Amino acid sequence: MTHTSRLEHCFAALKQQNRPALVSYLTAGDPDAETSRRLLHGLPKAGVDIIELGMPFSDPMADGPAIQKAALRALNNGQTQAKTLEMVRRFREEDSTTPIVLMGYYNPIYCYGVERFLTDAAKAGVDGLIVVDLPPEHDEELCQPAAQHNIDFIRLATPTTDAKRLPKVLANASGFIYYVSVAGVTGGSAPTPERLEGAVAGLREHTELPIAVGFGIRTAEQAATIGRFSDAVVVGSALVDCIENANTPDEAVERVHGLVSELAESVRACREVNEPQVC
Amino acid sequence: MNQPVDVSKSLPDANGLFGSFGGRFVAETLMPLILELQDEYTIAKNDPEFQRQLAYFQGDYVGRPSPLYFAERLTEYFGGASIYLKREELNHTGAHKINNCIGQVLLAKQMGKKRIIAETGAGMHGVATATVAARFGLPCVIYMGATDIERQQPNVFRMKLLGAEVIPVTSGTGTLKDAMNEALRDWVTNVDDTFYIIGTVAGPHPYPAMVRDFQAVIGHETRAQMLEKKGRLPDSLVACIGGGSNAMGMFHPFLDDLDVKMIGVEAGGKGVKSGLHAASLNGGTPGVLHGNRTYLLQNEDGQIIDAHSISAGLDYPGIGPEHAWLHEQGRVEYVSATDDEALEAFQVCCRQEGIIPALETAHALAEVAKRAPGLPREHLMVVNLSGRGDKDMMSVAHHLGEKFGVKQL
Repeated sequence: MTHTSRLEHCFAALKQQNRPALVSYLTAGDPDAETSRRLLHGLPKAGVDIIELGMPFSDPMADGPAIQKAALRALNNGQTQAKTLEMVRRFREEDSTTPIVLMGYYNPIYCYGVERFLTDAAKAGVDGLIVVDLPPEHDEELCQPAAQHNIDFIRLATPTTDAKRLPKVLANASGFIYYVSVAGVTGGSAPTPERLEGAVAGLREHTELPIAVGFGIRTAEQAATIGRFSDAVVVGSALVDCIENANTPDEAVERVHGLVSELAESVRACREVNEPQVC
Repeated sequence: MNQPVDVSKSLPDANGLFGSFGGRFVAETLMPLILELQDEYTIAKNDPEFQRQLAYFQGDYVGRPSPLYFAERLTEYFGGASIYLKREELNHTGAHKINNCIGQVLLAKQMGKKRIIAETGAGMHGVATATVAARFGLPCVIYMGATDIERQQPNVFRMKLLGAEVIPVTSGTGTLKDAMNEALRDWVTNVDDTFYIIGTVAGPHPYPAMVRDFQAVIGHETRAQMLEKKGRLPDSLVACIGGGSNAMGMFHPFLDDLDVKMIGVEAGGKGVKSGLHAASLNGGTPGVLHGNRTYLLQNEDGQIIDAHSISAGLDYPGIGPEHAWLHEQGRVEYVSATDDEALEAFQVCCRQEGIIPALETAHALAEVAKRAPGLPREHLMVVNLSGRGDKDMMSVAHHLGEKFGVKQL
C-alpha cells in the first residue's frame, strides 16, 4: 500500500517525540448530538492524539455499564450511523490530521450495508475501524473490504490470545494492535502493569504495528505507567463517566476535556528520564 | 417424492455456517474458548463413554423416553387430523430444556470447568441449568431480566431453592436479550473457569449445532415411537419457536424425510402487523447478534427492538440460525400465533386433555387449531408439548382471572 495513512503519520511523529499516543473513546451522540460535537471538536486541543468514536449499539455485549449507558443516551437522543458519519465529516472540515477510528459492533454496519458504509466512512474521513464482534474468522465480512477503501482494521488481542492464535489475529490487522488489558468488559478492573509489560513485549515479537493498550485505564498515573512501554494508551469509560456525572452539557464538556488534559500531560511526560517517580 | 433439497445433516460447515447464517461473531477474548469448546464437543460426540453417561442421565434422571401420546379428545375436538403429543412436559423440571442442560453440564465436567452460568427468559432454562448444576455440584449463576423476574416468580424461587444465584438484569430493557448480554459479559470476564450453558439453538458456533444435537433426542424418539405405533412416519410436525430449540430437536431427525411437513410457530404477540410480537422470521430481517447471523427484530439502523409476547420464553428478538436457513430453503414453514390465539388453545388443551401446557407450547397448539380441522383423520400430526404450564399460572390468571373469579394481579 503506497497510501500513507493518518494513523501512520501520527505514530511516526510520536515516535520522534518518544512518547505514546493518547487515545480517547467517546460514544457518538452522547449525551446528545450537539454536546457530542463539542466534545469531539475539542479533543485534539485538549491533547488527544487519536480519537475513537463509538457507534452506539442497543446490545453492546463487550461493554461495561458506563459505555452501555452512553450508547442508550445516544440512541434515545436519536443517534444513527448516518449521523455518526456526518459528525466525522464535519470534524474533518476543521481537522485534517487527527486520526479517527470508529468503534462498535457489526450489526449497525451490516444493516447500513458494508459497501455503502465503507464508501461513506472513507468519504467522511474515517481512518480505521474496531469492530468488537468480528474475529479473524469473519475477515471477509468487513476487514478485507475495508482494506479496499484504505480504512484500517484494528484488531484486538487479549489475554486469552495464545501463541497459537496470535498469527491469525495479526494476519489482516492494520493501523495498530489494540491490546485488551484484562479479560472482561470495558471499564472493569485495572490491569497489573507487570503482566501487561510482558504481554506487550510478547506482541512486539510478532508485529511491527504500534501497540495500544486499553480497558480499565482511568487515571493519569495508570496512563503514564502503561505509556512507558506501549505505543498508545486508550481511555474510555472514565471519560464517559464524566458525561454521566455532569449536570449540564457545559459541565460535561469541561469535565471530559479537563480529564483529557490531565491524561495528555501525563503521557507526554511519562518517558522523561528525569521524572522516574511519575513513571 | 420431491427432489431432495440440500438439508444435509452435515451442516453447519466448519465455520459454523448454515448457508449465510450462524457463524462466530464474538469478541476476541471468547474466541479461543469457543474453539476449545468446539474441539471438546467433537470429541464428546464420538466418545462412547460420554454418550453412555448422557443416555444414563437422560433415562434415570430426566425420565426419558417421553411418551408419544395420542390426544384422542383433542383430535375429536378439532375433528380432523389425528393429533399426537410428544410429552416433553413430563421430563424432570417440566420442559425440554433439561435435555440440553444435561449434555452441556457433562461437557463442562469433561472440560474441568468449575462454575456454570446461564441466561433465562421464562425461567425454564434457568431451572434446568440450576438443576444440573446442583446435581453435579457446581456453583451456578443465572441471569434473568428484571421484567421477567417479575412475571415468573415461581421459577425464580425454584432456581434459588436449587442453590443458584439469580441476578436481575436491568441493563437495556431488562428482558431475555439483555440477560444474554449480561451472561456473555460474565463469561468474557471469567473465561478460565466458567462454562456458559446457552439454552437455545443460538449463539456462536458450536452452540446452535450442539444444542440441536442434545435436543434431537426428541425427534429421534418421536420417529421410533410413531413407527412402532402406526408403522409409518408422521405427516406433519408442529412446534413453537422462541430461539427454537424444542422445534429444532423435533425437526432435525426428519429433515431428510421430505414427506414430513414441518411447521414452526413464532409468537405473534398482538399480531405481526402491530409491531408488538416476537416473530423474527415473519417480521424481522437478517442481522448479527449474540454471536450469530440470523433473523432479528431490529430497526433500519440495526438497533435491536424489544420482542413482545404473552409467553416470556418466546420473548426473544432473534431465532436460531438453522431456522433462518430452513426458512430461506423453504424446508420448514414458519407461521405465527397471537397472544389471544395461544390463550384460547391453552384452555382447550387443559379442558380436552387434562394437560396444562406452557404458554410457549400453547402457540404450537394454536396452529393445530387452525390446521387440524381441515385435514383427514389419517393425517398424523405430532405436536411437541415442550413444557408444562404450572409456571404460567400467574400470567394466565392475569389475563383470564375475571373469568374464573381470580382477583386481577
